[in-house]
Amino acid sequence: MKITLNVWRQKGASDVGRLATYEVPDVSPDSSFLEMLDVLNQRLIEKGEEPIAFDHDCREGICGMCGFMINGVAHGPEAATTVCQLHMRKFKDGDALTLEPWRSRAFPVLKDLVVNRSAFDRIVQAGGFISVATGNAPDGNAIPIPKRTADLAMDAAACIGCGACVASCPNGAAMLFVSAFVSKLNLLPQGQSEKKERVRRMVEQMEKEGFGSCTNYEECEAVCPKEIGTHFIARLNRDFLGSAITGPGQTSSASGGAG
Amino acid sequence: MGWIGRFWGSSIGKKAVMAVTGVILFGFLIGHMIGNLLVFGGPEKLNSYAMSIQNSAVLLWGVRGLLLVSVVLHIIAMIALTRQNRAARPVKYEHPSTVRATLYAKTMRLSGLLLLAYIIYHLLHFTLGKLHPNFIEGDAYHNMIEGFKQVPVSIGYIVAMICVGLHLRHGVWSLFQSVGLNHPRINKFREVFAALFAAILVLGNISMPVAVMAGWLK
Repeated sequence: MKITLNVWRQKGASDVGRLATYEVPDVSPDSSFLEMLDVLNQRLIEKGEEPIAFDHDCREGICGMCGFMINGVAHGPEAATTVCQLHMRKFKDGDALTLEPWRSRAFPVLKDLVVNRSAFDRIVQAGGFISVATGNAPDGNAIPIPKRTADLAMDAAACIGCGACVASCPNGAAMLFVSAFVSKLNLLPQGQSEKKERVRRMVEQMEKEGFGSCTNYEECEAVCPKEIGTHFIARLNRDFLGSAITGPGQTSSASGGAG
Repeated sequence: MGWIGRFWGSSIGKKAVMAVTGVILFGFLIGHMIGNLLVFGGPEKLNSYAMSIQNSAVLLWGVRGLLLVSVVLHIIAMIALTRQNRAARPVKYEHPSTVRATLYAKTMRLSGLLLLAYIIYHLLHFTLGKLHPNFIEGDAYHNMIEGFKQVPVSIGYIVAMICVGLHLRHGVWSLFQSVGLNHPRINKFREVFAALFAAILVLGNISMPVAVMAGWLK
């Protein structure tokens, strides 16, 4: 099958970037989207041109490295699928596809389709952890957790941090990512002691990074490769509003205990 | 930073403000429509209702004050959030697309802006009587009938009510989420609730200019 690609080419963070057109006349319908790009890149290298830079790692849809916009849809047209698991048989012979990087102030473009998602790491550092006593691994069944709670926390923990939610949101909001991260910890008994502090710190970091706000378009849920639901955003709103009003007055950097 | 600063400093807090002020404005719209529908009961019914409000300064100015504060907060939060959202995506997509976003959601800012213009006109028209051809202070029935006899004005009101419907179809559904009310049981309800009340408000309010233009109300 023949595919025409309009790919965002940008030499580096300071370059303005532009769309460039490439024809791939002999795409195998059995190849994955990234394999199709590998073939194109090999040809570009042989011609002495710069190959198209794109992020990828496991190519199994579980690591969260890959992702770009295909005709304005994060990870392309197939629901619940990362772009590495998207196959060319989902497209038609003669299709023209526009490939663009995630667009967000918080995700600066490094090169072509590669963006810097360190903002997500800083949000996690702000509170996406639990404090535990180190030592031997605790007994797995020592703390009873209702099945429904465990399932819900697991659904939230399915987030691979790819950034498709931010890219697809008309407001460039990171609410789905943050809500998944806050919820998976706030739902479980082990996350309770830092619950109010966590949600506040993570939301404050999210705002600091320059993400937008939620207007309930639900575009994020529609494109999320892990099918994280926007009900986690409601949970985040609930936890945050409770924390902002009744939570501790100062962050934990304040002095306390023996010193 | 006090708790109010923390609350307002986040987009989630501002959204909660939009939700709560939205509920107040939505509640007013329902009451306002029910009161106005008394026009179908004849001049005495509508005018005695209007006078009972006019004669109670506490009720009149209490409600007006609450509405003014709500509208102002709703708009201030909207402007702050819109600025944040615009800044969050400095480079636009060459090929923009949406998968699920509804028409109501996408037109919230437009429908809201049209509503603001409409509210200003509406106050000048029926409350202050400035833009009214034949305004009689205290005769709400007469003012409504005479006002809607002007066909372009009636059409303007109908368009404005469609904006109300679009705005509330998303807004009423959305505000549950903004304050954290999301559960499979609630979601079934809020979908129907938003669609039903948006439709009731549009049809109920449109019935008045339509009835006047058709000559059913004289």
